Parts: sequence; structure tokens; C-alpha cells
Amino acid sequence: MNASDERPFGVGDPRDFLEIDALLDDEERMLRDTVRRFVDDRVLPDVADWFEEGTFPRDMAKDLGALGLLGMHLEGYGCAGASATAYGLACLELEAGDSGARSFVSVQGSLAMFPIWRFGSEEQKQRWLPPMAAGEVIGCFGLTEPDSGSDPASMRTTARRDGGDWVLNGTKMWITNGSIADVAVVWAREPETSAIHGFIVPTDTPGFSAPEIHRKLSLRASITSELVLDDVRLPDEARLPEVATMRGPLSCLNEARYGILWGAMGAARACYEAALDYAGSRIQFDVPIASFQLTQRKLVDMMVKVNKGTLLALHLGRMKDRGQLSSTHVSFGKMDNVREALWVAREARGVLGANGITLEYPVIRHMNNLESVYTYEGTNEIHTLVLGQAITGISAFRA
Amino acid sequence: MNIVVCAKQIPDPAEPGELDPETKTLKRDGKLILDESDMYGVEMALQLADNAGGGEVTLVSMAPDNKVDGIRTGLAMGAAKAVLVSDPALAGTDALGTAKVLAAAVGKVEGADLVLTATESSDGYTGTVPEQLAELLGLPSVTFAKHIEIADGKVKVQRQTDAGYDEVECPLPCVVSVTAGVVEPRYPSFKGIMAAKSKPLDQLALADTGLEADQVGWAGGGQEIVGVEDAPEREAGEIIEDDGTGAEKIVAYLENLKLV
Ligand SMILES: Cc1cc2nc3c(=O)[nH]c(=O)nc-3n(C[C@H](O)[C@H](O)[C@H](O)COP(=O)(O)OP(=O)(O)OC[C@H]3O[C@@H](n4cnc5c(N)ncnc54)[C@H](O)[C@@H]3O)c2cc1C
Ligand SMILES: Cc1cc2nc3c(=O)[nH]c(=O)nc-3n(C[C@H](O)[C@H](O)[C@H](O)COP(=O)(O)OP(=O)(O)OC[C@H]3O[C@@H](n4cnc5c(N)ncnc54)[C@H](O)[C@@H]3O)c2cc1C
Repeated sequence: MNASDERPFGVGDPRDFLEIDALLDDEERMLRDTVRRFVDDRVLPDVADWFEEGTFPRDMAKDLGALGLLGMHLEGYGCAGASATAYGLACLELEAGDSGARSFVSVQGSLAMFPIWRFGSEEQKQRWLPPMAAGEVIGCFGLTEPDSGSDPASMRTTARRDGGDWVLNGTKMWITNGSIADVAVVWAREPETSAIHGFIVPTDTPGFSAPEIHRKLSLRASITSELVLDDVRLPDEARLPEVATMRGPLSCLNEARYGILWGAMGAARACYEAALDYAGSRIQFDVPIASFQLTQRKLVDMMVKVNKGTLLALHLGRMKDRGQLSSTHVSFGKMDNVREALWVAREARGVLGANGITLEYPVIRHMNNLESVYTYEGTNEIHTLVLGQAITGISAFRA
Repeated sequence: MNIVVCAKQIPDPAEPGELDPETKTLKRDGKLILDESDMYGVEMALQLADNAGGGEVTLVSMAPDNKVDGIRTGLAMGAAKAVLVSDPALAGTDALGTAKVLAAAVGKVEGADLVLTATESSDGYTGTVPEQLAELLGLPSVTFAKHIEIADGKVKVQRQTDAGYDEVECPLPCVVSVTAGVVEPRYPSFKGIMAAKSKPLDQLALADTGLEADQVGWAGGGQEIVGVEDAPEREAGEIIEDDGTGAEKIVAYLENLKLV
């Protein structure tokens, strides 16, 4: 007999059933609580309006920077240098607000700052990273093209040498933050050598434009754009010197996906909690709808998926902090946590009945957002194939 | 400009508080957080030190069981160091006893130019500690500050009143109590959070304060809680049927309460 046997029958914290909180240290909890408070104060009151209007408040960048959220897992150059687990917890809390806010932070930190931090020259780091960490300079990441999505190595954007300069031509598609960015990290192929180079492109460079993509029904509280590169001339100092293969963009994506596997559980938690609260107060047939077995099954399945996914995220976070996390582990987390989050969101949507389709409740906003999260940073299918190859040794990417 | 801020650590008001039936006081054995009332003092102190071009902000706190979570929040916001007094003998200490302990703790901070408190705490809210503290330290004090400026060895305080504010000046060092809500407390930054655990935290027992056990705790309390009762159930309100004079009756009712 030990103490845990004496805990009363039939109790459990509906908001933290597996007591995952106890697996965090004081510093992680304080950081998590700080982001949660920020989201409560600054995101939740207005996010339904941003979603409806299809905007993201640019001035929030400085507030996110002051907190230390931008590039928070990077060392030096004004970055906070937090652990991978702390970065994950922050992503979870942000996405419990909205996937748009988390996307902003993922793109800035993992897709725009990370390549400069990892593959940039000392001068490039000094020039760009501190203002990006402070949120004074907004970045974006251009890899996907109209005809090159899951197979980014098929990209057509070119970078040709011209004397000491480079000249970029091509179109990038679906680029988060594109139209509000001050600087774009653009990946392009050098036709002569087939090398893949990353360029730091100030968005006021002649020949660069970033028209916004409208009529999205998902991730509306986030700016998505096309990047048009029409003879964009750059000095060699704009090229990231330390990488010249697809490893460059893929390593950035690996960082961002790691944040997503946490973030998705934030969205899922918000949906589950909304459904739980709603089911407890909505009366039909004279009783709260939580009284029905069918509803309880839904709530329990949601609760179990949120707890399991969060435990998975924490496990992967601890592995990353120990330097043991591989990109296939990240695929495991991205694939499973996002699809489970989407399942939870759809189930919660049903529990809320008609209220489940309005922006008065967070659920359909998260549900629609997660459709983007399901696709970007490697679709669910692509991560499945990554894992399939890992366990069978057979690549199934090409028919 | 060295500023001391009194930082009370209290049970999270978001969680249902519980009274200990034995001692009839609030149970404080769970996690304690920084009283929101004191966040304004911390924010103001950080701004004043910044404007003065330097100086340190030190937190002082008295709390059971060496609890530090709330202090860490203040350190993460930017305070440089903290003094915590904790001792089993302090259980039951009343407001005056608290002021004695805090005065002793402030005395451990070298070169303090200014001591900030909240006007009242969120859990005990006697609102008496600031004045008691000033008296024990032998310092002048100003209460209900909504704005503080420091120049030429003086504080200039906008002291909140029912009608607006008074402008009050007072020589340093002094004790000023800060009204809740007058500044926007910053969020602790991640760098601040990570730095907080390596900032100096001076943990004192009662013996280190020079106070005796009979000056504090149950023994030192000039008061005793003899009973605790539930608040009376709210009585049913008065229902006014509108027969054409409804508005007049409501006005008369409010006038009676001196609300209009
Ligand atoms: C809101 C949003 C923001 C984005 N932000 C960015 C950004 O900031 N930067 C950036 O570079 N990109 C961004 N993207 C692009 C995103 O990364 C791509 O949409 C994604 O990689 C998928 O590419 P695709 O849309 O061209 O789909 P496709 O690759 O055309 O895929 C279509 C379908 O075919 C499936 N499929 C493809 N190949 C295979 C295969 N071998 N086997 C089985 N199924 C397969 C896919 O899984 C998918 O279901 C964003 C996308 C969205 C929606
Ligand atoms: C009979 C009795 C028994 C009590 N028993 C206990 C007990 O067992 N354990 C226990 O922890 N408390 C106990 N308390 C409460 C504790 O003593 C209070 O801190 C004290 O009474 C101060 O009262 P207050 O919070 O109303 O101060 P207020 O005058 O409302 O506080 C004004 C400001 O003074 C500062 N301040 C006040 N207290 C502190 C503090 N402790 N540390 C730092 N700054 C402070 C803060 O800036 C605060 O906002 C007891 C109180 C009474 C009356």
C-alpha cells in the first residue's frame, strides 16, 4: 500500500487529468503561465475579430518580442536561449489562443531567424537577429511554389550569378507573413550547379513584391502571401554561406514542426475545454447534455487524446533537450498530434450544436485553422510516408 | 535609486480559498503567488529605477514555509534581489507583527531610498501594514500614490482622492503605498524568468531579524479570532411592480441608500 492507493475513487482533474503539470519544473510553469496570461489578455479578446476580418495585428510583434517569444530557443543575438521544452510550452499556449499567433511565432523564430542563426555569417547574424528577436523586423520564409509543394526539391525559382551579384527569379506561394515582412528568407536553385541557396531578401529590394492571398477560410488571423521575384538583384552578402543543399530549408522545417506538434495540442485543449464547459451548462431534455452517454463518450475521447498528445509532445521535448530527437520523431509528433487535434476540434464542434459554427465560441475557428496546420510543414500523408520508410526501409514517395 | 518593494505572496485568488478550522485563518499550505496588488509596486519601482538611470529593486516578503514562487515572479519581472523571512514561529502573525518583520527585513537592505507597498493586500486587506511599517522604520510616508516622480532627494506623489488627486512632496527615504491599477505591470520576459533563479535571495529566520518569538505569531498578536461564520444568505430583493410609479420608487430606493 502506498499513498496513491489512498486517493479517493472517481476523481481526476478535468483540465489536467494525467497531472502533466507535475512533470514541469518551476521555471517551465512560470513561462507557460506567462504566455497563457498574455494570450488571455492580448489574443483571446480580439482574435475572433481578426479572424473575421482576415488580419493579424502587426504591432503585436513587438509585444511578442518583449516577452522573448521570437527565436526564444536560439542562443545569443538577443534571443532568450530557452529550452526546447519551454519553446514547446509557449507554442501550446499560443495556439490555445489561435493557430495564427503560433504560426507568426513559428515563422519568425524557426523559419526566418533559425536559418540565419544556423547558416548565416557573423555579420548577417549581428545585423538581423537582434531586431528580429525584438519584433522590430518581421521575417518570412519562402520555400513552397505554385508547382512545388510536398516535393520542394522540384522548385523552379532560380538564382543566377551576375558578376559578384545574384539575380533571383520565380514565384513563392502560401508564404506566411509575406506581405507584412521586412525581410524574406528565400530558397532558390542555382541552375548551373543545382545548388539550393538561401537568401536574405529585404522586402524593399526592387523586383520583390508580396501580394496577399485572400478568400482563405482557414488561418484567417494570419497573413498569407505570394512572393514574386522579378530580377531581384542581391549582393553575395545576402546569401546564407553555410548551406547549399535542401538540408537548409528542411532543417528549418524540422524546427518549426517541432513547435507545431506542441501547438496542435493547445488548439485541441481549447476545443475540449469549450465542449466540456458547454456540455455542463446546455440543457436539453431537462438535463445538461453532459448527462448523455453519447456526449460523455465524446468528452472522454477528447480528454484522452489531449492528454496523450500533450504527453507525447513533452516526451519529444525532453528528447530534444537531451539532443536525442530525430526528424522522424518530429514526423511522428506532427503527424499524430495534428490529426488528433483536428479530430478533437470536429468532435467539439458537434457538441456545441449550432453554437459550434459561430465565432462566438473558439471551436470552429480552431477547427478551420487546423486544416492548414494539417497541410503545412509537411502534409499528414508526407509524414506518414516518412515514418513508413523509417520502419520498412522502403521509400514510397514516388509512384 | 535603490527601491525596496514589499511583495506579499498569497494563495491564488482564482482557486477557492479554504479556512483552517483550527486556527480560523486562510490555509496557506498550497502554492503562493505574487499578490497582484504588489505587481503595481514592482512595476513602478522598475520604472523609477530605470528613469533614475540605475539602482536596484529589492523585494521583501514574509511568507510561510520558505515559499518563493511569488518572489520569483517579481525577480523575473526585473527586481535584482529579494529578502524572505520565514519561520514556524511567524504563524498567526497579525498586521503589526507583519510590519515589524518587514521593517527588520527592510533594514537588511543597504541604501534603500524608497520603500513601496500596495495600499492593501488582496487576501488580508487590513490596509494597515504600510503605515505601521513607516512608523517602525521612522520614515515619513505617503499613501494612495497613483504617480510617483523622484527629483532632488524628494518624491513627488500624485495622491489619489475621491475628487481627483493631491500633489504631495516628501523627502527621501520614505514609504509610499501604491494604488492598484495605476501602471500596467509588465509580463516577466523569458530571459527574466530564466535569470530569476540565480538572483540573490536572502532567506531569514526569525532569529535573524532581531525580533523575539513573543513579538510575533499567535503570541504577539494583539487580537484573537474567536469565531468564523458563513456570510448570511442574501435576502430576497424587493420587487417593484410598475403601476406607473415604478421609476419614482426606484429613485426613492436609491436615494435611501445615498446612491443618487
Ligand atoms: C496557411 C498556410 C501557410 C503556409 N505558409 C508557408 C510558408 O510560410 N512558407 C512556405 O514555404 N510554405 C508555406 N505553406 C505551404 C505548405 O507548406 C504547402 O501547402 C505544403 O507543403 C503542401 O504543398 P501543396 O499545398 O502544394 O500540396 P501538394 O504537395 O500538391 O499535395 C496535395 C495532396 O497530395 C498529397 N501528396 C503529395 N505528394 C504525395 C505522395 N508522395 N504520396 C501521397 N500523397 C502525396 C499531399 O499529402 C496532399 O494531400 C503554407 C500553407 C498554408 C495552407
Ligand atoms: C490573527 C491573524 C492570523 C494570521 N495568521 C497568518 C498565518 O498563519 N500565516 C500567514 O502567512 N499569514 C497570517 N495572517 C495574515 C498576515 O499576518 C498578514 O500578512 C498581515 O496581517 C498583514 O495584513 P494584510 O495582508 O491585511 O496587510 P495590508 O496592510 O493589507 O497590506 C498592505 C501591503 O503591505 C505589504 N505586505 C503586507 N503583508 C506582507 C507580507 N507578508 N510580505 C510582504 N509584504 C506585505 C504589501 O505590499 C501589502 O499589499 C494572519 C493575520 C491575522 C490578523
